[in-house]
Amino acid sequence: MNEEIKSYTISLYTENNIGLLNRVSAIFQRRHINIESLTTSQSEIDDVFRFVIVVNMTEAQAAKIVKQFEKQVEVIRAYYHTDEQTIYTESCMFKIKSDLLFEEPQIQNIIKESNSRIVTVNKEFFVLEKSGRRHEIEALRRDLNVFGIMQFVRAGRIAVTKDEMRVTDMLLAFNNHNN
Amino acid sequence: MDSQIIKQNKTETSKTMRISGSEAVVRSLIAEGVDILYGYPGGAIMPVYDELFKFQDQIHHVLTRHEQGAAHAAQGYARISGKVGVAMATSGPGATNLVTGIADAQIDSTPLVCITGQVFSHLLGSDAFQETDIVGISTPVTKWNCQVTKAADIPKALAKAFYIAKSGRPGPVLVDITKDAQIGELDFEYEPCKGVRSYIPVPKTNPDDVKAAAELINSAKKPMIVWGQGVILGQAEEELKTVIEKAGIPAAWTILGASAIPTSHPLNIGMVGMHGNYAPNKLTNECDVLIAIGMRFDDRVTGKLDTYATQAKVIHFDIDPAEIDKNVKTDVAVVGDSKDSLAQLIPLLEAKSHDAWLQKFKDLYAIEFEKVIKGDIHPVKEGLTMGEVLRQINEETKGKAAIVSDVGQHQMIACRYADFNVTKSNITSGGLGTMGFALPAAIGAKMGAPDREVVAIIGDGGYQMNIQELGTIFQTKVPVKIVVLNNEFLGMVRQWQQLFFDKRYASTEMTNPDFVTIAKGYHIDAKRVTKREELADAVKEMIASKDSYFLEVCVEKEDNVFPMVPTGASVSDVRLS
Repeated sequence: MNEEIKSYTISLYTENNIGLLNRVSAIFQRRHINIESLTTSQSEIDDVFRFVIVVNMTEAQAAKIVKQFEKQVEVIRAYYHTDEQTIYTESCMFKIKSDLLFEEPQIQNIIKESNSRIVTVNKEFFVLEKSGRRHEIEALRRDLNVFGIMQFVRAGRIAVTKDEMRVTDMLLAFNNHNN
Repeated sequence: MDSQIIKQNKTETSKTMRISGSEAVVRSLIAEGVDILYGYPGGAIMPVYDELFKFQDQIHHVLTRHEQGAAHAAQGYARISGKVGVAMATSGPGATNLVTGIADAQIDSTPLVCITGQVFSHLLGSDAFQETDIVGISTPVTKWNCQVTKAADIPKALAKAFYIAKSGRPGPVLVDITKDAQIGELDFEYEPCKGVRSYIPVPKTNPDDVKAAAELINSAKKPMIVWGQGVILGQAEEELKTVIEKAGIPAAWTILGASAIPTSHPLNIGMVGMHGNYAPNKLTNECDVLIAIGMRFDDRVTGKLDTYATQAKVIHFDIDPAEIDKNVKTDVAVVGDSKDSLAQLIPLLEAKSHDAWLQKFKDLYAIEFEKVIKGDIHPVKEGLTMGEVLRQINEETKGKAAIVSDVGQHQMIACRYADFNVTKSNITSGGLGTMGFALPAAIGAKMGAPDREVVAIIGDGGYQMNIQELGTIFQTKVPVKIVVLNNEFLGMVRQWQQLFFDKRYASTEMTNPDFVTIAKGYHIDAKRVTKREELADAVKEMIASKDSYFLEVCVEKEDNVFPMVPTGASVSDVRLS
């Protein structure tokens, strides 16, 4: 197996239980693996949650750690994918002084060219939102930093995979077996 | 008989009735067939103890002297009986004292249900008296855990806990119950858990994998089996024996696999690992097909991984998919229940014998016997050896005793030299290496199998880690036999200091109390042996005793355990001296 360290997206389908996040992060912690980003949300299945976790590791590590996740009672299925195997995006928000919109006309061009969106404007500040790849967000942050940013926040990666996830099949099989 | 009792209890509890959460805890335990549990009361669990008092004709609570003792006793009970062990404690320190036992059960796959009391739910997170986040603390060392804050949730949580603890690869679970949930009321109805949708306890054996395994085994010239506790947990002893005998394969065991096949079986070639036998360690690196069954390639078994059985094709039978390729890359993996997988394998195997290959094991055993074993079990030097004590115990018990060992030199000697003629006879702390395990585990083992002789073999170090459990033995009159092999050292650490730290004996020498007086203080018959000529009679007297008995044997202070695979060395570099 390839020993090259790459970015992997780990997807977990889970029950929504208190403490599961602790169990998941403990599995990384115990192996001294740093989490690049972690997002949890509702999945396509009602009452099933989805974790999207980005980590840098070797494929051998990813394969082993996914088995450790699947071993957890409340994890329904776990997968790992390379960047190429997923469609992914990140989103971010900037809070910037409103004066700059008028004093620095260049900002308006930056907003237009970056495909970012103004969420709100008031007398003191305006809020800019942008979704995209990390390098696009970073470029925007660098561009705006020249003028001053009051607040910046970026959410973790969200990703869907190109291949099919057979979680529904598994849950159906369980229901059929038990009914 | 047992199942009848459970049935009766089930009918009795199946009617809905309005009861307290604490009564629901006790009724749930009874519904699960629990007739004994180990624990220690305290503020946050008192309502449950009050109910245990009322139900004492149906469920027996054993008061240990420390919660760690309760956890280990529950483990000993589970390991010998194959049933789920139950331990109970109060919040805060009571709960944290369970943690070592829980971690031990996790790494050794022992089914355990731990129930802890917790402060009132409105006080959670307020640093209340004896509040601790036991769910957070126990997360990495439990198979599953949860906190219950409503009385109505108690039966479901416990049903799930028992199901998870005993199904698939067993393990410890913890249910933390707030005091208001214990006091609150619910309409009680107990329904055992039949499944959890996110959890596949026993993956179905794939017949194609079994076929691939059979083909490899049938074509092997020098096959070798290493089996582990998975065989015992899966109740696959008979199937394993048939596999070994039909295909004529020499078979070795890990510490936790010991006793699944009798010691005297001609194809039983001994123990693998750091202090295992010479032949199976050495020949691991010569076999052409290595068949691992219900074992997890622990580092104490494999030594240096890069040089472990690299010449061999590896077949791995295991119930836990996460064990496949975790440490050793396999050529064929058979994931599933060991009994089922082996039963499928048997008809595909060709009847064979590998006499020349088996002879190699015998030849190497002869070398080990000459250089190590003879001097251990038939010593001619003045000082007593641990090995000769085990030989005496074998003779007196005819190899039928359950041996409960602690951790260290005496443990390795016990595993090496005890005769195991009955399955589930080697109860020891394997993966975690928990000193202090044996004394409380022996209590649980004897209670889990009252008809069996249970002999605890303990070092003077580990004995003092849970020596307070003598109080439990005295109070319950449980007739366990306790042997302390006293070398006045933390022997295994001292051995390493001698071999790898130029004999700098940092904090390993022990000035010990008078153990016989201490045992007698608990009204336990006790004897000390310091000379060889006293040993046989003392062991005879101990085994003959109908009550608990304490035997201290003062052994040579600086004996070492060999063979030894030093840390980081290859198994084939196993040392005989």
